[in-house]
Amino acid sequence: MLRRLCEITDPVRFSFDNRPITAERGDTLAAALLASGVETFRHSVVGDQPRAPYCLMGVCFECLVTVDGVQNQQSCLMEARDGMVVESRRGGRQVLQGQS
Amino acid sequence: MRRITVAAELADHYDIAIIGAGPAGMSAAVEASLAGATVLVVDENTAPGGQIYRAVTRHSRGHDDVLGADYWKGASIADPFMAATIDFASSTTVWSLDPAEEPSAHATIGLTLAGSARRVEARAVILATGAMERPMPVPGWTLPGVMTAGAAQIALKSIAAIPEGPTVLAGCGPLLYLLASQLLKAGADITAVLDTADAGQRLRALPHLPAFLGSPYFAKGLRLLVDVRRQTRVISGITDLAIDGDAHAQSVTFRRGRRSETLPVRTVLLHQGVIPSINLASSADCAIRWNEHQRAFQPEIDHLGRLSVPGLFAAGDGAGIGGADHAAVEGRIAALGALSDLGLITQGEAETRLAPLKQERRRYRRGRAFLDILYRPAQQFLSPPDDATIICRCEEVRAGQLRQVIELGVPGPNQLKTFIRCGMGPCQGRLCASTVTEMMAEQRGVSPAEIGTYRLRAPIKPVRLSELAALPQTEDAVFAVTGRRPEPSTNPKGPNL
Repeated sequence: MLRRLCEITDPVRFSFDNRPITAERGDTLAAALLASGVETFRHSVVGDQPRAPYCLMGVCFECLVTVDGVQNQQSCLMEARDGMVVESRRGGRQVLQGQS
Repeated sequence: MRRITVAAELADHYDIAIIGAGPAGMSAAVEASLAGATVLVVDENTAPGGQIYRAVTRHSRGHDDVLGADYWKGASIADPFMAATIDFASSTTVWSLDPAEEPSAHATIGLTLAGSARRVEARAVILATGAMERPMPVPGWTLPGVMTAGAAQIALKSIAAIPEGPTVLAGCGPLLYLLASQLLKAGADITAVLDTADAGQRLRALPHLPAFLGSPYFAKGLRLLVDVRRQTRVISGITDLAIDGDAHAQSVTFRRGRRSETLPVRTVLLHQGVIPSINLASSADCAIRWNEHQRAFQPEIDHLGRLSVPGLFAAGDGAGIGGADHAAVEGRIAALGALSDLGLITQGEAETRLAPLKQERRRYRRGRAFLDILYRPAQQFLSPPDDATIICRCEEVRAGQLRQVIELGVPGPNQLKTFIRCGMGPCQGRLCASTVTEMMAEQRGVSPAEIGTYRLRAPIKPVRLSELAALPQTEDAVFAVTGRRPEPSTNPKGPNL
């Protein structure tokens, strides 16, 4: 839902739900996902409704994703890095053995 | 500036800790370091600048600049900040602030950096936590494709991106028009700006007009309004607004007088002013007061930014909305206040340096009352009349449920929270607190000052058990929990206290 005004010059590559994503080095993860056409970041905990970033500044917690197995990360406050494995989440946090 | 990237690089103790690296925090840090204080600045974001000067150290001004000179002014604050003798921890979340228990003691902040928690002591703490956008709960505001105007501006500043497809801006306040102008310049497809400002406020703002005419904001604001109206459709007097869509925003329906209209959209940007981020000050038990002009709660500060709790200071928009220039001056004032209280500069020196800053602060406060009153959001956007509107986005509590519980006679926002979990999700009430207060005040026919707001407790941001487990432990603490004395530490510094 965002369109970049400039070409990417120093790319970082990672994945979102197994889909390859390219971003500019230094981009926040949330902004990079929005600029790659990702519309839904997660489904809400109570009503299972699609959600996406609302504030992009660490206030709303709508941009929560799983990064390299760690759940509920605020993607607007972290940088996109090479090789990150990013996943959307349906519902609440899973507390299972072997998961962080 | 020494960049702190892992928790172990933090000192255990600083003279002054500053929370937030926007204009107030950066200016305070520079002022404090010049006087020889040891200074730690922490910020949640990946780079300094705050929201207003976000990513100002990342890019340089190009010929195709759409952000304007006001944004690049941030470089003149960020450059000395980058050069100052301070510790700066970015991507660092502060989740607690414990004031000193006695006057000679230190305050302690709890923070998380790169997956590890730490507790750091400071003789004085300056809260430069800035502002957030006032929530604008309308039907459909939780749909993907709906963001705040500030979010769109963040995308523009940080990754030079604009909303794709037909875009509608809705709400009120100067930032709405600033963003419209910036996005239009950058080539965004803005179908309309829907102005929800209450026309009745014009009359109420009138007595403050003379001060505004002489303020630095007047010419700027007028230019913006003309610029936006020239390039896109501006519809004022919007009384009703709803966003529709299945899994993404698809249309906006609005009402103006008796006429209703629907516009197809890909993106909707909402904005109705900004309010101070008070969570940290409130969790440290600082006195919070209602500001009727700004229609928001703010921490009480004195003329030097001292909060009601000794050793704690606040500066910038987090202490009351005044804008970026005002925040930078307040940051310096709070730093001088802290330096003088700590005896790091003499009172005489502080007074000499404070005099011109206080004068500058007065200048930036001029005209503010006019803007605050003129752009006070209309009542139906503060307290949504439609029962189905989601108020608490995290726990998905709707306006109708809130009204029922208020009707039952719940004493205040804190009890309401425990009744229906409104404000108990991960955002910890940030996106519903102001609406809950407004709805309660409206239903009871009293001022929001009488209703109050959520009482906040540490941790004010979610913190993982694994992060807490990484906190250095004293031998006594380990013994108290496990019943065993820990192995002698191999760390030359000994157990990190």
